[in-house]
Amino acid sequence: MTTTPTLPVPVPVQSGRAAKLAVRAEAAKTRLSSPWASLIAVVIAVLWTVPTVGLLVNSTRGEPGPTTSGWWHLWGVGSGFTLSNYINAWNGNGGTPLSDYILNSVVITLPAVVMPITLALLAAYAFAWIDFRGRNLLFVAVFVMQIVPIQVALIPLNTVYVRFGLSSSFWSIWLSHTIFGLPLAIFLLHNFMKEIPPSLVEAARVDGAGHVRIFTKVLLPLLVPAIAAFGIFQFLWVWNDLLVALTFSGDTTRPITAGIQQLTTQFSSSGNILPSAAILAMVVPLIVFLSLQRFFVRGLLAGSVKG
Amino acid sequence: MTQTDVAKPSVSTPPQRSRSWISAVVWIVIAALVGGVIYLSLSPGGSPLLYNSSGSHSWFVDMIFQPATVAQKLVVMVLAIAAFLAVMAFILWVVDRTSVPKGVLIAGFIGPVVLALASGLLWSAIKTIIQSFQKFDQFGTEIGWAGWANYGHVFTSANTHMLINTVVWIFVVPIFATTFGLVYAVLVDRTRFEAAAKALIFLPMAISMVAASVIWKYVYFQPAPEGQPEIGLLNAIVRAIGITPVNWTAEYPIGTFALIVVMIWIQTGLAMTLLSASIKAIPDEIIEAARIDGASGWRLFRSITVPSIRPTIVVVITTIAIASLKTFDIVNVMGNNLTDNNILANAFYNWMSVQQPGWAGAAAVLIFVVVIPVIVFNVRQMRKSEAVR
Repeated sequence: MTTTPTLPVPVPVQSGRAAKLAVRAEAAKTRLSSPWASLIAVVIAVLWTVPTVGLLVNSTRGEPGPTTSGWWHLWGVGSGFTLSNYINAWNGNGGTPLSDYILNSVVITLPAVVMPITLALLAAYAFAWIDFRGRNLLFVAVFVMQIVPIQVALIPLNTVYVRFGLSSSFWSIWLSHTIFGLPLAIFLLHNFMKEIPPSLVEAARVDGAGHVRIFTKVLLPLLVPAIAAFGIFQFLWVWNDLLVALTFSGDTTRPITAGIQQLTTQFSSSGNILPSAAILAMVVPLIVFLSLQRFFVRGLLAGSVKG
Repeated sequence: MTQTDVAKPSVSTPPQRSRSWISAVVWIVIAALVGGVIYLSLSPGGSPLLYNSSGSHSWFVDMIFQPATVAQKLVVMVLAIAAFLAVMAFILWVVDRTSVPKGVLIAGFIGPVVLALASGLLWSAIKTIIQSFQKFDQFGTEIGWAGWANYGHVFTSANTHMLINTVVWIFVVPIFATTFGLVYAVLVDRTRFEAAAKALIFLPMAISMVAASVIWKYVYFQPAPEGQPEIGLLNAIVRAIGITPVNWTAEYPIGTFALIVVMIWIQTGLAMTLLSASIKAIPDEIIEAARIDGASGWRLFRSITVPSIRPTIVVVITTIAIASLKTFDIVNVMGNNLTDNNILANAFYNWMSVQQPGWAGAAAVLIFVVVIPVIVFNVRQMRKSEAVR
């Protein structure tokens, strides 16, 4: 890239003049990001937030508010402010209770996060620290698997699950998410693992530690941020997934996304609980996301962008 | 993450031992398992191997494969995790014995992954490619070869809108998401409210596309009957300024653009985060030098900021383009199953649900074929941007 400024840039001498310049630059910056810039930023922020606010308001409007008037009428229509929509959604209001779907989502998500992390940790360790013939070739093969769209794998996988008698069980969903998450997990953990100084591993070796000891005692504690980064990715991916859910889940294993998708098709009967159900579906990923945001951004910057 | 070309020395392993035939056996077992999965997927039919839902079983077996109650589901979840970890611990225990040949050691560490990826992803992809050239009856049973007929079906006139829509999605979503993300990242950079301002834009990334579709349902809601208040925000605005309300998601081509807006709404957060990090990585010296030379505002943005982060912009655009190509959820939930609003990834799902692996396979392979060059390009750009950083 010819237009990219090249490094390294000489470090400026920290004289009084330079300091004054810096102050002036800072002042110019704050001045220029003034009225118009702020206005545009506020407009974008408002545009991005209004739809969500609308849903939030709708979720607390009593019957028949959400199905007969816009959310900006607030609580003036129908039976006013209420939280009963949430209770009705949770209990199903005659249909399948949302609590069932959320339970299924939990049951699906936890193993689907633990399994790829465990497998990928082992593989990434071997790729980073054990020398063997064909290692680079195999690693490139795994790396390349990241580009395979999951659509390509769904139908043959389903054939295999049916053959084993696993179709529409949790097992088929766990296995699918594990397989689809592995290439990214290995890539990410391998990257982090290679950044650990070799001297650390060498020292442990000299002390007589075997591969397993090195792996569990030396590397694992250092890898916590990387594991968290992939873990939150996989969690959000699995919890928010619809395609794998619709393809492999059955009546008793349907997760929350598929449940909400069904609700949207029955607007006349469940329009009042749809907003609160959608909010309930967002709560868990939002909590996970907000509490682990640091790791999420780090993972994003390390190249974990999955589609 | 910085890219270093210095190869790190690998840990030296003890020399090969005489019992290396064991490692050959271990690898043959792994290969046999892969072959078994391939064989089973080639010969469908016959009774299920692990669990037959129509037969009768002990309550424990039923619980493992078809848990019914809340307690059973939780127990199975815990058991699955525990059993899985136990197997992994067992493998580690085996490979930790000093007398184990190196081949077994390596098989222990990467064997499970090789098994999962070779049979679950590699073989599945090959099988899908094969199926895309096969003919199927209406029950999804294979009845010989089809040549290019399945691909021909994807490109028939009935799917014209679907193909056009897919192209529109791939170009429009990345351009707008990246533009909004870049503008916003620059505007809020180093302001007092940066963290909160960014969170507002970023939160749509954390929720599912299904939930996002529900959120936008109340923006696009169909026009209310005569004399009744509007439910959808957009139609209320449209009516207030004197235009006839529109059923936004059910008309072509407005419907496609309505769905695209939702995807832009989701993806802008991704663009903003990556671009913001890249903007912050521009050395202060460069910006200061430009300021001393009199550049400010728009000129600074155009001549310094954008060229400095160009590699990242390319990565962001291509990443979002791929995500748009694979979008299924939004179209499935909001598109009202109208063929006019369809895109390739949703067509794949529809064909899969009507037992047409040939058409679905062709659609999946097409997605694959479009993705490959983009990702190759993307990886190169990412290398470049890392080298610059």
